[in-house]
Amino acid sequence: MSKKTLMTLFGLLVIAMVVISGCSASETTNSDDSSDEGTSENDNASEETADEESDDDVKRLVFGRGADSVQLDPSKVTDGESIYVTNQIFDTLVQYEQENTEVRPALATEWDTSDDGLTWTFQLRDDVTFHDGTDFDAEDVVFNFERWATSAEYVYYGYMFGATEEDLGGIIESVEATGDYEVTFTLSEPNAPFIYTLAMPPFGISSPDAIEEYGDDYFKNPVGTGPFVFEEWVNDDSITVTKNDDYYGDEAKVDEVIFRVIPDNGARFMELQAGSIDLMNGMNPQDIATAEDDENLQIIRRPSMNVSYMAFNTDAEGPTSNEQVRQAINLAVDKEKLVTLYEGIGKEAKNPMPPSLWGYNDDIEDYGYDVDEAKRLLAEAGYEDGFEITLHSMSNPRPYMPQPKVTAQAIQEMLSEVNIDVEIVESDWNTHLNIVENGEHDMAFMGWIGDNGDPDNFLYVLLDKDNAKVGSAGNVAFYKNDEVHDLLKQAQTEMDQEKRVELYMQAQEIIHEEAPWLPIAHTTPPLGANADVVDYLPHPTGSEPFNYLDLN
Amino acid sequence: MFSYIIKRILMLIPVLIGVSILTFSLIHLIPGDPAKSMLGEKANEAQLEALRAEMGLNDPLYSQYGTYVAKILQGDLGESVQSKESIATEVADRLPATIELALFAMVLAIIVGVLAGVIAAVKQYSWFDNISMTGALFGVSMPIFWLGLMMIWLFSVQLNILPASGRLSNDIQLGLITNFYLIDSILTLNWPAFKDAFLHLLMPGIALGTIPMAIIARMTRSSMLEVMKQDYIRTANAKGLASYLVIFQHALKNAFLPVLTVIGLQFGLLLGGAVLTETIFSWPGIGRYVLNAVLGRDYPVVQSTILIIAAIFVIVNLVTDLLYKFFDPRIKYD
Repeated sequence: MSKKTLMTLFGLLVIAMVVISGCSASETTNSDDSSDEGTSENDNASEETADEESDDDVKRLVFGRGADSVQLDPSKVTDGESIYVTNQIFDTLVQYEQENTEVRPALATEWDTSDDGLTWTFQLRDDVTFHDGTDFDAEDVVFNFERWATSAEYVYYGYMFGATEEDLGGIIESVEATGDYEVTFTLSEPNAPFIYTLAMPPFGISSPDAIEEYGDDYFKNPVGTGPFVFEEWVNDDSITVTKNDDYYGDEAKVDEVIFRVIPDNGARFMELQAGSIDLMNGMNPQDIATAEDDENLQIIRRPSMNVSYMAFNTDAEGPTSNEQVRQAINLAVDKEKLVTLYEGIGKEAKNPMPPSLWGYNDDIEDYGYDVDEAKRLLAEAGYEDGFEITLHSMSNPRPYMPQPKVTAQAIQEMLSEVNIDVEIVESDWNTHLNIVENGEHDMAFMGWIGDNGDPDNFLYVLLDKDNAKVGSAGNVAFYKNDEVHDLLKQAQTEMDQEKRVELYMQAQEIIHEEAPWLPIAHTTPPLGANADVVDYLPHPTGSEPFNYLDLN
Repeated sequence: MFSYIIKRILMLIPVLIGVSILTFSLIHLIPGDPAKSMLGEKANEAQLEALRAEMGLNDPLYSQYGTYVAKILQGDLGESVQSKESIATEVADRLPATIELALFAMVLAIIVGVLAGVIAAVKQYSWFDNISMTGALFGVSMPIFWLGLMMIWLFSVQLNILPASGRLSNDIQLGLITNFYLIDSILTLNWPAFKDAFLHLLMPGIALGTIPMAIIARMTRSSMLEVMKQDYIRTANAKGLASYLVIFQHALKNAFLPVLTVIGLQFGLLLGGAVLTETIFSWPGIGRYVLNAVLGRDYPVVQSTILIIAAIFVIVNLVTDLLYKFFDPRIKYD
């Protein structure tokens, strides 16, 4: 690196800078009606760049998010970022209504259940083709369900249908094509949530030809029947899908959707302000107000299908195994104040499931904030002098709890009023999960995002004794109540919707009384959008196909 | 010289063994279950157990380490637990992005840092010296996160003259050959893409280059000050040599050795330490890749990628050492 080389390099750099600034100066504003990309993009049109694809007419929606998809085979993933994209590419047999978790026809037009609830027959559409051009029929449905029952890596299949190592099929005993466009499921036990489960994104139907063609690489080359066709995936950067012109359902209004990874929440919001993205999730709480004041931006709230709570380890030796202590802590916490820490996205919770779900028991009266009553209960339980206790918290925000740290500190302060000395232990998410599932905590923050919109998915998963196994507990309160267990089990096999509602109502009452949790809040996650994004209805389940939304 | 290079490359072996043991133990020491982070909270125990068995996580640690080393020796870096993709492919996708950014930042840092340092030394205690050295102090202490966000706010949101993040705009097409976007756009004679890629490099380059720039400036200044007191500089001045020749040819060349050491070390750091910059500017590089792997407990990715970064670090240092000879021919490698 002689002086000469250095000088030449420097000279080149200077020239490059001059040339580039010259280009920028001669820029003309582009009346591109789709996503105007700040500057620097659509200029230079006058130069010899005619060979560059001119895409001024492309209606492009750019969606900014914090992390990349893991895989684009929906049956194998559990992360929301993968599902966001696969929701565009795949259809399920039935799908959720746009605004709630009731189901409506999709690939299946109608369905029947036998009286014993064991046989479900679906009539399928006969006018559907996969993105690779192959026709969709009953055999394809059978192929997909049989594929999911071959290995434990199809996590949601196993999880939702109760697969075990011995029986990977779970409650689905057989899937048969009983006609070209008719499919019959035989279940080993009546399962009322079955139809809601089928609407979940992991059960999107893939093209069997594509699965065979791509083999292990199928997750990078997804082929479904949905409103958008997979186009390109640049790792850690962007995924592009384009409109499916032959879609049997409501045709998409935008031509292209790009999912861009912008890891930092603040930077992502600035991209939205700069207009280089149209829609984003993961808003910093302080940016919500900024967006609401900006006439070019809007905040769209996703209906809640989650709950955040503080679980009491009812199994632990110590005060949390005492029902009166748990009730006292419920009384000693000022929930109204806690929810202010949710910066406008939280609503107080009194039950373990969100009010948007059917079966929610609104007759239950929350404990309320009553320090004197809390002290009285503690004294009765023999703890008038209080005690020391640990509260485990995750260090990073979760969708249902934006500020775990300050929330923990607030509870610490509130409980000091009743002489309970709380020690906060903060860990990263993986570590936290490990501690809590192993039952190493007295009290711990936790939350749940619903899967299929059925109360079973909250109450059974989070509070049934079946799920209180140390090491893999969904029920991290290790709450074991036989009466609740019987009610929840009965509700799983009861096909009469009204009776199911009644069973869940009762279960919520017992849970309220025995207080294995301090339910904290349900959040409505905000999405930031440009003002020209219209007809966007975020779905409670966390993501939705983008074929209804439009850009003005 | 040749045997010296061979010797240094052979030295890589113990270094890499050390690094592999260290990363292996560290990643296994932090709590967390890779099977669980891959299958998510919804997986049941049977599924988790099946995956753990498949990944060999139930074997004793020493045998896991043995399997890992055996694979590496066969040139197999393994595959990512999360994406199922071969790690070699994933690294090849991301490393060029990091190297491109690091090189750009380093070139910026060297040009500005050395120039500022030289001028500050020659005009010691002048206003330039004071301002640039105060600036350098700010430079080393500035949090990259803050600086990056401020730049985006100013140049992208307010002035709207630079793209906020990413490597290329959505509507620019670029055929990829080397994955270095600047080079690829030159190779395909795609000038709009070149300009776009260059503009995308500016802010992250400055953010990443600030700290090395400040360190280089301070190091150049102090080293220059020392050299300028030497007799041969006085001689050169006395015999009437043009002052820029005295400064750049005689003084800087001798003052450059310590600066070169700093440059080598800083460049190595930039390769692995660009996590923050890559995060703020959505740069799809190796730093974010490793960070995500650590958070997701993707053991194979962490182990193999850190090994690669360590190897690059050692090689960069070797190249730095070889460059010494260029600046000081008295140095002999035997």
